[in-house]
Amino acid sequence: MLIEVRGLKKYFPVRRGWSDVIRGRKQKFLKAVNDLNFTIEENEVFCLAGESGCGKSTTGRLLVRLLEPTEGQVLFEGRNIYDIPKKEFKEYRKKMQIIFQDPYESLNPRMTIYDLVEEPLRIHGVGSEEERFDMVYQALRDVGLEPPEDFMIRYPHQLSGGQRQRVAIARALILNPKFVVADEPVSMLDVSIRAGILKLMLDLKEKYGLTYLFITHDLSVAYHMCDRLAVMYLGKIVEMGPADSVILDPRHPYTRALVEAVPKGEVEYRRRLKEVPIRGEVPSPIDLPSGCIFHPRCVEAFEPCDKEEPELVEVEKGRFVACHLYRGVLEAGPGR
Amino acid sequence: MSLSSGSSEHVLVVEGLKVVYETSFGVVDAASDVSFRVGRGEFFGLAGESGCGKSTVAYSLVKEVPPPGRIVGGRIYINGRDVVPLPDEEMRRIRWKEISVIPQAAMNALNPVYSIGDQIAEAILAHEDVSKDDALARAEELLDLVGVGRHRVKSYPHELSGGQRQRVMIAMALALNPPLVIADEPTTALDVVVQAQILNLFKELRSKFNMSLVFITHDLTTMFELVDRIAVMYAGRIVEIGPTDEIVEDPLHPYTELLVRAVPRIGVGEKGRFEYIPGSPPNLLEPPPGCRFHPRCPKRFEPCDKEEPQLVEVEKGRFVACHLYRGRTS
Repeated sequence: MLIEVRGLKKYFPVRRGWSDVIRGRKQKFLKAVNDLNFTIEENEVFCLAGESGCGKSTTGRLLVRLLEPTEGQVLFEGRNIYDIPKKEFKEYRKKMQIIFQDPYESLNPRMTIYDLVEEPLRIHGVGSEEERFDMVYQALRDVGLEPPEDFMIRYPHQLSGGQRQRVAIARALILNPKFVVADEPVSMLDVSIRAGILKLMLDLKEKYGLTYLFITHDLSVAYHMCDRLAVMYLGKIVEMGPADSVILDPRHPYTRALVEAVPKGEVEYRRRLKEVPIRGEVPSPIDLPSGCIFHPRCVEAFEPCDKEEPELVEVEKGRFVACHLYRGVLEAGPGR
Repeated sequence: MSLSSGSSEHVLVVEGLKVVYETSFGVVDAASDVSFRVGRGEFFGLAGESGCGKSTVAYSLVKEVPPPGRIVGGRIYINGRDVVPLPDEEMRRIRWKEISVIPQAAMNALNPVYSIGDQIAEAILAHEDVSKDDALARAEELLDLVGVGRHRVKSYPHELSGGQRQRVMIAMALALNPPLVIADEPTTALDVVVQAQILNLFKELRSKFNMSLVFITHDLTTMFELVDRIAVMYAGRIVEIGPTDEIVEDPLHPYTELLVRAVPRIGVGEKGRFEYIPGSPPNLLEPPPGCRFHPRCPKRFEPCDKEEPQLVEVEKGRFVACHLYRGRTS
C-alpha cells in the first residue's frame, strides 16, 4: 500500500454577504470532499470518476498537498503528509507530482521546452548542468518527443496539444516520482491523440514503477486505463472496486445511471430514447440532502434513504457500495 | 440548375463549398470541395477532430463564418434556394426561419441580465411582426417543449443548470420553427446524464416536427447514437460519407477506420490496449501535397503524395475520397 486516505474532508467556506451577517445567518460550507476513505496500492492505476463538481479534482489536489484538508489524513508510505513541515515537504514533493487537464494553460508560454522540463530539477537542485541536460534529453525521449534536440529549443505554442501534454508528463516525471496524480489528462485532446497519451502513461508506469491517481469524467477511458475505480457523487465515494467489474456490473443506483448514460456508440439508440434511471439534477453541494445524498435522484429510494446515511461497505470481495439496498449483504464490515 | 437544387426532399444541399481564412501568415484552406445533402427529417453528422473544418462548414451554412473567414466558392441550397450570393439583409430573413444554429458552448451565450423568457421573445420579435405578449406566450410554449417548463420564463440564466441553459438555447433555435437546425458540439460541455437527455430531446423534436439536424461533434460515440448519416472530415476535406450503421461496421477510408478504433468504448477491445493514429493533423497553411491524410496513413501507396483523391460514390450511398477505391465507382 502506497497511499492511505483516512476521513479526508475539504470544506470551502461560502462567502457571506452583509445581509447574511446582519441577519446572523450561519457560515455555510461547500463540502467538496466529504469523508473519503480509500487506499492506493503500489504500481496501481486508481481512478476517481464522477460528474463535474463531485470533488474528484479537489481530492487529487489534496493528495499531493496542493491543498490543506479541513480534516483527515493522507498517509504516504505510512506518514501523514499534512504533518510534514513545509521545509521537509519539498523532498516529498519530488515523490508526488501532478499532471493537469489543460496543456495550453499549464505550461509557461515564455519558456522553451528545455527550460520547462529542466525547471523542476533546478528548483530541487538536482545534478550539474550537464547531468540535467542528459536527464531532460532522456525525459523527452521517454515521452516520445524525438529527436529531443529539435523539441528543446521550441516554445509551447509551436507544439500540438498532444505534444504539449507530453511535455507536461516529462516535467512531472523528471524528478522520478513514485506517485502521479493525472487530472483529466486527455479530456482536452482529440480522439486520435488521446489513445497515444494513455498508452504512453501506461508504458511509463511499467518502466518506472509509477502509481497513478487518474481523475476522469469519462468512464470509457476509466474502463480501459484503470485497475480500480471509485465513483464520487457530491464529495463522497458511492461505489468502489475493480474498474471493469464496477463498470460492467454496477451496484449503486448512481453508478448504474452513469454507466447507462455513457454513449457507447450503440446505433440502436438512433430510433429510440435512452432512458437513464435517474431523477432531476445534481443538488447544491452547499445544502446537501439528508440521509443518503443521492436519495432525491434515486429511482430505488425507499424508507431509510432520506434519514440514515449509508456507509461504504464491502458487499463482495473488493467491491464497496454505500447504499441501503445492500444492507443485508454486508460481509466484511465497514470498508476502511 | 443542378438536379439537387429544386428537390423538395432535401432541406439542405451543399455543393463544392470552399472557405478560406485570410490571415497575416497566409491563406488557410479551411474547407474545400465540401458537398453533401440533408433530407427532410434527417439527422446528419459532421465528425472530425479539432481544426478539421467542421465548425467552419457549420457557420458557412448560415453565412456567419467568423472573420477573416470567407466563402470563396460553391453553393448552399436551403430549401432549394442558393444562399451564397444572397445579400446580408435577405440572409437575415432566412436565418432563424429556415435555418438556425445552436453555437458551441451555447449555454454560456445567454445574456446574464435578461430573463430567459425575454431573450427568447426578443429573438421572435426581431423576425416576426407580433406583439410582445404573443412572443412571450410563444417563449412559454418553447420552454415547455424543451423540458425547462414555462414556470421558468422569468428566470435568469444563473438560476439554471448547464443542462437547462442548453435547453433554453435549443428553444431559442426553434423559436421560429425552422425546418433545419445546425448544432455545433451541443453536448460536449455537459455531463453524461444531461448529455443523454439532450440527445433524447433532439429525437423527440424530430418525431414532433420532422426537424432536420446537422450535428457537429468530435465525439463519435455520441454521433453513432443520434444521426442517420455521417460525413467525416479531415484537414478541411470530407473524406467519407455514409449511413451510420455502415460507417460503424465497415469504415472505408483509412482515417475513419483508425478514428473509429481510437475511441475507447466500454467492453469493446482488450483493456489497456489503446489504438491511436501516429502524428498529428497538418498545418492548413502548408497542407501536405496529394491526399492530406497520406503522412499519417498506414495504407498509403504510390499516388497518395501526388494526387488529391476526389470524393466518389463507391457503393450506393457510400462516398469516399481515397485512392484505394480508384476505379470502384457505383
